[in-house]
Amino acid sequence: MIFDFAICAHVQSAPSATQDVAMSVEARERRQPWVLLAPALGAVTLLLLVPLLFIVVYSFWLRSAVGPDTAGFHLDNWQRALTDPFYRYILLNTLKIAAITTFFCALLGYPAAYFITRSSGNKLILLLLLMLPFWISYIIRTMSWINILGSSGALNTALMSMGVISSPIQMLYNEATVILGLVHFLLPFMVLNIYVSLDGIDTNLEDAATSLGATRWQAFTQVTLPLSLPGLAAGGLLCFVLGAGTYITPLILGGPRDAMFANLVFEAIITQLNWPMGSALSLLLLIVLGALVALYNRYLGMSQLTKGLG
Amino acid sequence: MDNTKRYERLLERFRNGDLDRRSFLGLIGAAGVAYGVQTPFARMAFAQDVTQVRFDGWGGVVSEAFRRHAFDPYTAATGINVVDGTFAGGDEYLAQVRSSREGEYNIAHLSGVFDYARYVNFGLDVELNLANIPNMELVMDALTNAFRGITPDHLSAVPYNYGTTGLAYNRKYISDEEMREKGASILIDEAYKGKIGGWSDWRTRLWYAALQTGQHPNDIQDMDAAWDAIRAHRDLALKYWGSGAELMSLLAEEEIYVTEGWSGRIAALQEQGHDIGYYDAPNSFGWQECLFVIKGSPVEACEELLNFMLAPETSIAVAEGQNYPPALDGTKVDLGEKIPTLPAYDPTGTLESLTFADPVYWNGNEAEWSETFARVQRGF
Repeated sequence: MIFDFAICAHVQSAPSATQDVAMSVEARERRQPWVLLAPALGAVTLLLLVPLLFIVVYSFWLRSAVGPDTAGFHLDNWQRALTDPFYRYILLNTLKIAAITTFFCALLGYPAAYFITRSSGNKLILLLLLMLPFWISYIIRTMSWINILGSSGALNTALMSMGVISSPIQMLYNEATVILGLVHFLLPFMVLNIYVSLDGIDTNLEDAATSLGATRWQAFTQVTLPLSLPGLAAGGLLCFVLGAGTYITPLILGGPRDAMFANLVFEAIITQLNWPMGSALSLLLLIVLGALVALYNRYLGMSQLTKGLG
Repeated sequence: MDNTKRYERLLERFRNGDLDRRSFLGLIGAAGVAYGVQTPFARMAFAQDVTQVRFDGWGGVVSEAFRRHAFDPYTAATGINVVDGTFAGGDEYLAQVRSSREGEYNIAHLSGVFDYARYVNFGLDVELNLANIPNMELVMDALTNAFRGITPDHLSAVPYNYGTTGLAYNRKYISDEEMREKGASILIDEAYKGKIGGWSDWRTRLWYAALQTGQHPNDIQDMDAAWDAIRAHRDLALKYWGSGAELMSLLAEEEIYVTEGWSGRIAALQEQGHDIGYYDAPNSFGWQECLFVIKGSPVEACEELLNFMLAPETSIAVAEGQNYPPALDGTKVDLGEKIPTLPAYDPTGTLESLTFADPVYWNGNEAEWSETFARVQRGF
């Protein structure tokens, strides 16, 4: 009888042990990605989330006229950031400049990306040329426009030596040059994203469309363009977000009135030493741009963006 | 044990096969953690054993002169190294200091009275023992008195140089006579629309707005008129410059014909052969710079370094390099040939010909005026 029980217990425990082993393997497999992700998550938490939390806390403090800021929970900075027409005007102007920049990046970037995709043999060289500007400091690249468009810059000198103009034309230090500087900075991001998208399209599709009677233009507008829209959108998002967050370009190429929202953040924190207000303003910009990214993710997904960046 | 030696010993054991890879990496990691954990406390423990002092300034020729005439002799005499840092602007530097740990920054070449008052307000000052800085005897009293107005019972800085922010103009387009006749109002003259510049600093904008509206810069009664003058200047200006290099570039490239400018930078342009005039209108903006010792610094070591920096040979070399007169009294020290020719130089040692900003007045209004200027600048 005792022996029977023992056999019975052994028979019952065998599947349970197998189950345990299976469960522990499953648990380990579930844990493994987190273990691998832990360093990255730790870095993001320490270097991004914790500082962001500090900024959030700071945005509720108050600046004192002299001396250290007043800690506490005050909504004054947020109230001003959200209701003051000055901040609204600069924010809208920033979004407008970013939108115009994105439009020109798309307009100039699409043909360039199309050309690179369709070129045979020298793609790598063209892509390398596209990446070349990244090897030079962004500030230097922006300042180079002063030597091109300045009163004694290359363009004015050329026009005057050809007799087209008698005195230099004032081309610098206005909103147009700010947009020009931003397009110069952001164009490679747009081209790369569109290129990745175009490169993934089967060229036979265009051939099939033309063999069915479509003109080259119709084949492009009805087949290639729609298929490449995710890349265009990803490039657009990158250009818009990066453009809206810049402050160097208006500082170097803008006139007295030209400023973007990031300039206000810079001034609040660095010039006025008003860290609480600067924190509220930087969070406001983050929220606006974050909402745009969320919208993009909702309708188009982030996968195209990571493809472009990769 | 020194950490480098620890690493080398472990590496040798690992290479000899006495240590497996896992143990080697574990021990290296443990050593790193131990070092990271103990370092902040070790700093406190070694606080009295000063091995280095950090100095932050404007870089360029000034740094070179400091290195050659003050830092190297100081290190040779004391064994204390001087770490030489630079900053682009006083506001930015103050933001860095405020977010740093005490003792990280030691001596800074700051704007004399504004920054002195701001640092004191933030509790970043120390009490210097002037007996340890004998070269202070050679400094003009007029410059030191400005600091004593803020901290009557002690000093946290020594004056170092002074200058003015006057009117700089291209003589090809604007004559000396026209400049003297129009003074500060030339910056709001429609005739030069699109060829006018200005510093993006709110204090300078308001100072010149006061001059343009016939008010004393240290007692502006009609603020509306002053803001209107700033608006008028904004609408006529091509560009607000943000650095000395940008100021020089705008004038040298003839992007602008007239602006207010720093006396030393304009002297540098003149040295380069550009026909740029410089005019200090009545009540032109005078200022001084100081060497400020920041709270948490090894004060005695800093005092000794300040004495080296104030030595006539160092002060004169720095002054000749940056084109700003030194704080040394010309009636007590032979300042050589070049310095008496520099713009803003006062041979009397009293500085009565210059108008300095009243720090209590200006810093007291800083919060309101700096913010209002940000709005006015953008068309509000």
